[in-house]
Amino acid sequence: MRKYLFQTAALVLAILFVTPLVANSQESILEKIKERGRLICGVNKELPGFGYLSQDGTWKGFDVDYGRAIAAAVLGDPKKVEFRPLKAADRFPALQTGEIDVLIRNTTWTLTRDTDLGADFAPPTFYDGQGFMLRKDLGITSLKELAGATIGVTAGSTTELNLADTTRALGIEVEPVVFEETETLYQSYDQGRCDVVTSDKSQLLSRRQSLKNPDDHIILDVTISKEPLGPVTVHGDNKWNDVVSWVVYATFFAEEHGITQTNVNTFDTENPEIKRFLGASGDIGAKLGLPKDWARQAIAAVGNYGEIFDRNLTPLGLPRGVNKPWTQGGLLYAIPFR
Amino acid sequence: MENNSPTAASGKIPFWRDVRVLRILFQVIFLLGVILLLTLLYTNMLKGLRGLGLTLNLNFLQDEAGFGISEGIAYNPSDTYFKAFWVGVLNTLKVSIIGIVCATLMGLFFGIARLSSNWLIRTIAAAYVECFRNVPLLLQILFWYTAVVGQLPKVRESISVFGGAFINNRGIYLPSPEPASGLNTWLWFLGAGLLLAVILYIVRWRQLQQLDRPGFRAKWALPAFLIVAFCGWFLTPGRPFTLDLPALQGFNYQGGMRFTPEFSALLVALSIYTSAFIAEIVRSGIQSVVKGQREAARAVGLKEGQTLRLVILPQAIPIIVPPLTSQYLNLAKNSSLAVAIGFPDLVSVGNTMMTQTGQAIPVFAMIMVSYLIISLTTSAAMNWYNSWITRIGR
Repeated sequence: MRKYLFQTAALVLAILFVTPLVANSQESILEKIKERGRLICGVNKELPGFGYLSQDGTWKGFDVDYGRAIAAAVLGDPKKVEFRPLKAADRFPALQTGEIDVLIRNTTWTLTRDTDLGADFAPPTFYDGQGFMLRKDLGITSLKELAGATIGVTAGSTTELNLADTTRALGIEVEPVVFEETETLYQSYDQGRCDVVTSDKSQLLSRRQSLKNPDDHIILDVTISKEPLGPVTVHGDNKWNDVVSWVVYATFFAEEHGITQTNVNTFDTENPEIKRFLGASGDIGAKLGLPKDWARQAIAAVGNYGEIFDRNLTPLGLPRGVNKPWTQGGLLYAIPFR
Repeated sequence: MENNSPTAASGKIPFWRDVRVLRILFQVIFLLGVILLLTLLYTNMLKGLRGLGLTLNLNFLQDEAGFGISEGIAYNPSDTYFKAFWVGVLNTLKVSIIGIVCATLMGLFFGIARLSSNWLIRTIAAAYVECFRNVPLLLQILFWYTAVVGQLPKVRESISVFGGAFINNRGIYLPSPEPASGLNTWLWFLGAGLLLAVILYIVRWRQLQQLDRPGFRAKWALPAFLIVAFCGWFLTPGRPFTLDLPALQGFNYQGGMRFTPEFSALLVALSIYTSAFIAEIVRSGIQSVVKGQREAARAVGLKEGQTLRLVILPQAIPIIVPPLTSQYLNLAKNSSLAVAIGFPDLVSVGNTMMTQTGQAIPVFAMIMVSYLIISLTTSAAMNWYNSWITRIGR
C-alpha cells in the first residue's frame, strides 16, 4: 500500500510539473517580458568584442549592447536585461524551449536554421565570413596547402559545415577536431593540438588577442563563406520578432541620420520621419506594442550602429568593411520608419 | 469449524475490500495514470513542436551529414547522418570496452594491494583510491587532456621511442602490424599449437584429478603453445607480418596505429576513476570472506597465492560481480563526458546532429536507446557470468 502511495505521489508531482508546459498560451514573448520587467538574452561569454564578461563583472560586447538596446526599447531601461551565456550547441534548444527571449550570439542566418530549427531571424547586425588562422612560421598562404592539417572548429556551428564543404570542393583531406567550448578550442590551438583554427573572421581576430603570442599567428586572406550574424527569436512569434527587427533598424537609421547617444535627446529636426522615429510626432511605437519613445530610449542606451561598432569592435582592429550604412557603400539599410 | 469462518458468516466479501481484487485494481489505476501522463507529455511536445513549425520524423537520417568527424571508422562528410551517428556509437564502444578492461585490471591490482601486509604498498593503494575516487571525473578528464596530453611536445619535436613509436600532442603513434605473405603458413602453426595445447591441458587436468590436488592446469599447455608459435614465426618462409612505421609527412605523422590525445586522455581518466571504485569493491569482496577460511587454507598448507586463487577469490567473486557491473555501466555512461574535450563519441556526434538538423527529440531518443542497449547488454553479460561463477563455485 505504501508503495502505491509513493507511486501516486510521484504521478501527481509529475503532472504538476507538466501542467505549466501545457498551459503555454498564445501570449507573445513581448507581453511576458513586460510582465517580468526583464529581458532574457542569450549571448556568448567567450568572445571579446561580441559577448564576454569583463573583469569588473559587467557584460560587454557588440551583441550584448544589442540586448541592452532591446531592453531599453521595451522596458525603458537598458539595465533590465539578464544575459545567459550559451555554448554554440546549446543556443537553439535554449531558444526553442523559451529559456531565453532572444538569442544574440554571433549566430549565422541560414535556410536550415530559419526553417528546421524553429528560429526567426532579425536583420543581420554584422556581415562576416569564415577564415582560417594559423602559425606564421608554417609559411602557408592558400587553402590547398592545408591538406593533411589538423583543423580545430566549434561544435554546432556553420563553420563546421563550411569547412567540410570547402575541403571537399578542394579535394583535400583534413582532420577536423570539434570542440564544444570556444575556450578549449583556442587553448588547444595555442598548445599546438591543431595546426589551424577556423571560424568567423571577427572571432579569429578577437581570439587572436588572447593567444600567448598574438603576433605569431596570421589570418589567411581567404574567406570561404558568407556569415550574416544577427539576433534570433523563436519561430512563430511575429510580434516579438518585429520588435527585435525594428530595434536593429533603429540603430541603422540613427547612424544614417547622424543621431547619436549624446544628441538623441536634444536632436532638433523638421524631418517628419526623424520626428516619428524619435516619438516627437505620430506613434509608431504603439504599432509595435512599445512606448512612444522606444527608439529614443534604445539610442540613448547604446548609441547608433557606428557607436556600438566603435565601442566594441574597432579596438580589436576590425575594419568596418561592408558593415557601413548603404549611403557609404555598405550593406546596412534601414527600412522606412513610416 | 467451517461455519465459523468469516467468509461463510458474512457471505461474500465486497470487492472493494477483497485484497485480490484491490491488488489488480491498483495496478490498473497506476497503469492508466502512467499512460495518461505519457499521452499528456507526448501531446504537449507535439503541440510545442507545431508551434515552432517543426515535425517529428527520422527521415533526416538519410540526408548527407556534411560535417567531419576526427576519428573512428572510415567516414566522410558526404555520408548520411545515420553513418555519422554509427561512427559515434562505435567510438563510445571502443573507449568503453578498452576502459572496462583497463579499469578491471587496475582495480583488481589496487584492491588486492590495499590488503597487502606491506605498509608501503597498502598506503600507496589507499592514497590512489582516495585521490581518484574523490575528484569529479570531468575535472580529471580535463586535467589529463590539458595538463598532461596537451603539454606533450609539438609534432616536430616528438618524443621518439626506439625510432618506431612517437609521442606528441597530436597523439601516440605506434607501429602497426600489417599482414604479409607468410601469414597463412604461420596461422597453420598457430592452429597446430592450439591443438597441442588443448591436448596437454586435458592431460594435465586428468592428472590433477587423479592426484586429487589443486594446481595450475595450463602449466604444460601454455608454454607448449608459445614455443610452437615462436618456432613457427621463424620457420615460416617470409614474415607473417610487416611493421607499418609512422613517419612525419607534411603536417602530421602518417601510417602506423594512432591514439588521439582526446581518446588517450578520456581512456586514462575513465580507467583510473573507475578503477578506484573497483579497487574498493574488490577489497570489500575479499574482506567479506570469513577470516577462518584463510586460516584454514594456511593450516592445510596452501601458499599465499593459492589461498587467494583457490579459496578467497571463488567466494569473493559472487559478491564482487553485482557492484562491479554497476561500475561497468557507469564507465560506459561516463564516457559521454568526452564532449568536453572533443572526442567524437555518440553524444558529441548527436549534439552536432541536433544543432544541424534541429531534430533534438529524435536524436535524443537515439542517444538514449543506444546507451540503454549498451547498458542492458553489459548487465546481461555480467549476470550470465555471475550465475556461471556461482554455479561452478558450488
